[in-house]
Amino acid sequence: MSVAWPTRLDEAVDAAAATPGATLLAGGTDLAVEVNAGRRRPVAVVALRRVRELGEVQITPAEVVLGAGMTFSAIAAELAAAVPALAAAARTVGSPQIRNAGTVGGNIATASPAGDTLPVLAALDASVELSSTAGTRTVPLRELITGVKCTAIRPGEVLVRVRVPPARGAQQFLKVGTRNAMVIALASAALVVDEERRTVACGLGSVGPVPVRPVEAEAFIAGEIDWGRLTVPEAAVARFAELVAGAARPITDHRATAEYRRHAVAVLAGRALRRSIDVISA
Amino acid sequence: MGSSTVAVRRPSDIGADIRRPDGVPKVQGAFVYSSDLSAEGMLFAKTLRSPHPHARIVSVDVAGALAVPGVRAVLTASDVPGSPTFGLEHRDQPVFAGDVVRYQGEPVAAVAADDPATAVAAAAAIDVTYEVLEPVVDPEAALVGPALHPDGNVFRHLAIRHGTTDACGEVVVEGIYEVGMQDQAFMGPESGLAVPADDGGVRLHIATQWLHVDRDQIAACLGLPPELVHLTLAGVGGAFGGREDVSLQIHLCLLALRTGRPVKMVYSRDESFLGHVHRHPARMWYRHHATRAGDLVKVEARVLLDGGAYASSSGAVVANAACFAPGPYRVPNAVIDGYAVRTHNPPCGAMRGFGAVQVCFAHEAQMDKLAVALGMDPVELRLRNALRTGDRLVTGQVITGTAPVAEVIRAAVAHPLPPSLSDKLPMMARPGGAGMTADVADLRRGLGLAVGFKNICFSEGFDDSVAARLRLELGASGSPVATVHVATAEVGQGFVTLVEQIASEELGLVDVVLADADTGVGSAGSTSASRQTWMSGGAVKQVCEQARGVLVERAAGLWGCTAAGLVWSDGEVVREATAQRMDLAEILAGGPVEERCVHRHRQTTPLDADGQGDAHLSFMFVAHRAVVDVDPGLGLVRVVQVATGQDVGRALNPLQVTGQIEGGIAQGVGLAVMEEIVLDGGQVRNPSFTDYLIPTALDSPDVAITLIEEPEPGAPYGAKGVGEPPAISSGPAVLAAIRDATGLELPRAPVRPDDIALRA
Ligand SMILES: Cc1cc2nc3c(=O)[nH]c(=O)nc-3n(C[C@H](O)[C@H](O)[C@H](O)COP(=O)(O)OP(=O)(O)OC[C@H]3O[C@@H](n4cnc5c(N)ncnc54)[C@H](O)[C@@H]3O)c2cc1C
Repeated sequence: MSVAWPTRLDEAVDAAAATPGATLLAGGTDLAVEVNAGRRRPVAVVALRRVRELGEVQITPAEVVLGAGMTFSAIAAELAAAVPALAAAARTVGSPQIRNAGTVGGNIATASPAGDTLPVLAALDASVELSSTAGTRTVPLRELITGVKCTAIRPGEVLVRVRVPPARGAQQFLKVGTRNAMVIALASAALVVDEERRTVACGLGSVGPVPVRPVEAEAFIAGEIDWGRLTVPEAAVARFAELVAGAARPITDHRATAEYRRHAVAVLAGRALRRSIDVISA
Repeated sequence: MGSSTVAVRRPSDIGADIRRPDGVPKVQGAFVYSSDLSAEGMLFAKTLRSPHPHARIVSVDVAGALAVPGVRAVLTASDVPGSPTFGLEHRDQPVFAGDVVRYQGEPVAAVAADDPATAVAAAAAIDVTYEVLEPVVDPEAALVGPALHPDGNVFRHLAIRHGTTDACGEVVVEGIYEVGMQDQAFMGPESGLAVPADDGGVRLHIATQWLHVDRDQIAACLGLPPELVHLTLAGVGGAFGGREDVSLQIHLCLLALRTGRPVKMVYSRDESFLGHVHRHPARMWYRHHATRAGDLVKVEARVLLDGGAYASSSGAVVANAACFAPGPYRVPNAVIDGYAVRTHNPPCGAMRGFGAVQVCFAHEAQMDKLAVALGMDPVELRLRNALRTGDRLVTGQVITGTAPVAEVIRAAVAHPLPPSLSDKLPMMARPGGAGMTADVADLRRGLGLAVGFKNICFSEGFDDSVAARLRLELGASGSPVATVHVATAEVGQGFVTLVEQIASEELGLVDVVLADADTGVGSAGSTSASRQTWMSGGAVKQVCEQARGVLVERAAGLWGCTAAGLVWSDGEVVREATAQRMDLAEILAGGPVEERCVHRHRQTTPLDADGQGDAHLSFMFVAHRAVVDVDPGLGLVRVVQVATGQDVGRALNPLQVTGQIEGGIAQGVGLAVMEEIVLDGGQVRNPSFTDYLIPTALDSPDVAITLIEEPEPGAPYGAKGVGEPPAISSGPAVLAAIRDATGLELPRAPVRPDDIALRA
């Protein structure tokens, strides 16, 4: 097995191109598990940790640009104000050790239905920048993640940056697991309120092969909110939750039943909304 | 500079808080576990396991494996020279499956190769043709169905008939309860190193709970006399019952003898889940009868344990389940049937609490139901019926030792409650924890009480003994050294500190050295049944007392007097007539003193056809009060606090006792809300720590402890065992608290989020 340790992005891209089938290694928190389990046997590894640009973040009023190599710990610390839902999702990941090693780029590239940043990135309409020796392309996250652990990342491509808008209203992330920490999500929900555009976006995790956007629920609730006062009627919350449940496409496995996941994701979405918008009983 | 006076007390006295010598090394990663062992030129082994819970083996072709470069041996059933089967109580389990496999993960072959990767590749290259058969995974079906093994399907049926079996109470409550399959989930996977010896035998370094019972099973399968099989305890990374059975021991020794080279094997985590026994899942039907005043009249119970494919210790586990089925209450009449049956599920055996845990979930739920039916406070109901010294158990046995049941209950409920639910409760400390799912308005708090009990040491007439050797001599610095040699497995219970405490208590100022536990000394029995403080502690005490007798004789010789007027006082021999004193160093100047003993407890008796007999030596009692916060919307639980009163006889090392209690409660909480081997047609669906969840720090409650210290007559220093009780009623208390918070019946443990959220 060969290992390359590039320090610059162009070197990383070259290294990824140099060996066909090279495996990119970021925090290793998914890859090492796969290797240990014998499911993957990399012949050539390109280790990304020393590539400085991948760890950087730029926050402007127009956009937040995260390097793919940002760890969950860094996201939790640095984006708490700019993208609160993403910081909240990062905080729920694994243990301190996993958060110190695992990266947002790895989370996206793994594309697990339970990847905790994914519902947030979906709600934010994130786009992703991919570089290869052929050039750079930008792909919306919803096109990038194509199925359970499947992405449109091409061989030789390095996920470089993730672009999201800065917060323009309340943001939430809630995650259910059977344990109070270090747990794979049975269901998760991200909620992003945009007071300028008067929209509500919702991303659901672990209830479908890819992050789910309950667009009907989103449109419904945006119409129910009194955007001047930032209030919403009680009855609308229940309907919103119902529509969320309807959008979920969960499966039953050894972790939870589909019925529970559908129920939970609706409860989470309702709570996320209550935390963001004042609910009035009238 | 100020000065302060402290009570003069030797740091190692009985009753002092003493830190484990291996504590810091374990935290720092310096402790040598069995998986860290190595030997010059060693090979690495790998087991090939059946992917099917039930199949006929049509053929096994090892040619492919032997062709892999670096492979040194491939063994299958036909390579076992001695007994083809092994087992703790009944030798019904094949070393390698020959014609049929009876559970998923059953070993079919083992390989030794130059490196671990080659061993894995070679195991995969063995070609086994299976004829897959339908597994029988329902214990009710197995109970009445065709035999799954030549020895039949019922490992044991224990019937207890006590008092007037047709007695009836004015108030009757009934229920059906279920407990899932819990795993010991020890951190250090099975591992060991076997080294062939010049005498034709083998030396095995192994993490285990009972060296001698391993040795006997290994020797029988190797076809060697036991003397040629020498076992030494290697660093144990947790046990909880899961190391009582043989796992890789025989395979390792066979491979070492076949190759003539040292062979090491370490199970992977998923293999570990398949490679050791689990806690028996239980289905329990109960009917309690009481008077209107709240006195128990009769308990009827049927307890069905799924023993899985092989016997392991099912017989003893079901005996406990039946004997302790009523809980620690006065029950004049009882009709109890305990069954342990064979299925094609993974084999079940010993785990902390050993049968007393499962029934505790049921008898405590019943006591709460009865309290409701009587309109009585559940604490009051339990206190009213609490066992006392002199009471008779449903086995007819009269409790002669201490039985502070009322005391443990009162102690558990006397602890102050945690602060009530408010917005001050940090998000992380709410149900859902790091997932930040709950607002305080979403939560309900519940309170639950449970009481449990269990036997200490082996029961039913088992000849339970521990051999100990002691050598007293002057060390290099001229000060006395006591070397204690016992075969006691230290698996985390803290015998390491007790040895020093007991030797110092009995002999005064000596440096205590604990020799490696091995089969070079007689058996110490298993580190289980909360018995090693009583049994190995008792053996060390006894051998020290014997040595004191010798020291007194020797002092008499030196003084030229008879021993009659000499007494042992505070580490010295005192000649009462002259007040002359002689210390250990002076006496030992004449040469070392060596003593040996075999320590036994009072003999117990078997149970008769009605389940009657003095089958148990002594009992430990415990009560837990749990406070939980429940999020009924999501079905999530956070156990806030568990308060406990525990009957310990006497705490010899309170720090260690606290550790046992906190750890045991975490295990009980785990069983109540998350820990379960998920089975689907006999297949384990979650053989990993990704999916077999155990409590994290965020799931572990605050623990408030009151130790009830009433010295137990006949026990060394009055100390009862402490290891198992924390795991007995803590889980049932959590379930009771969740019921209190939600109003749901919740007859099954562990409680899953679905059980609450989809029913609330
Ligand atoms: C104990 C434990 C707990 C966990 N808990 C959680 C959890 O709570 N929530 C959660 O979402 N995840 C969890 N995970 C999974 C894992 O931590 C995350 O998915 C993490 O984001 C992976 O990132 P990484 O940097 O470690 O990726 P790696 O393991 O290094 O890589 C993962 C995959 O991504 C590819 N890759 C990495 N970086 C790039 C890049 N820049 N461009 C293209 N491809 C790339 C790799 O080639 C590989 O295929 C857990 C893992 C463990 C071991």
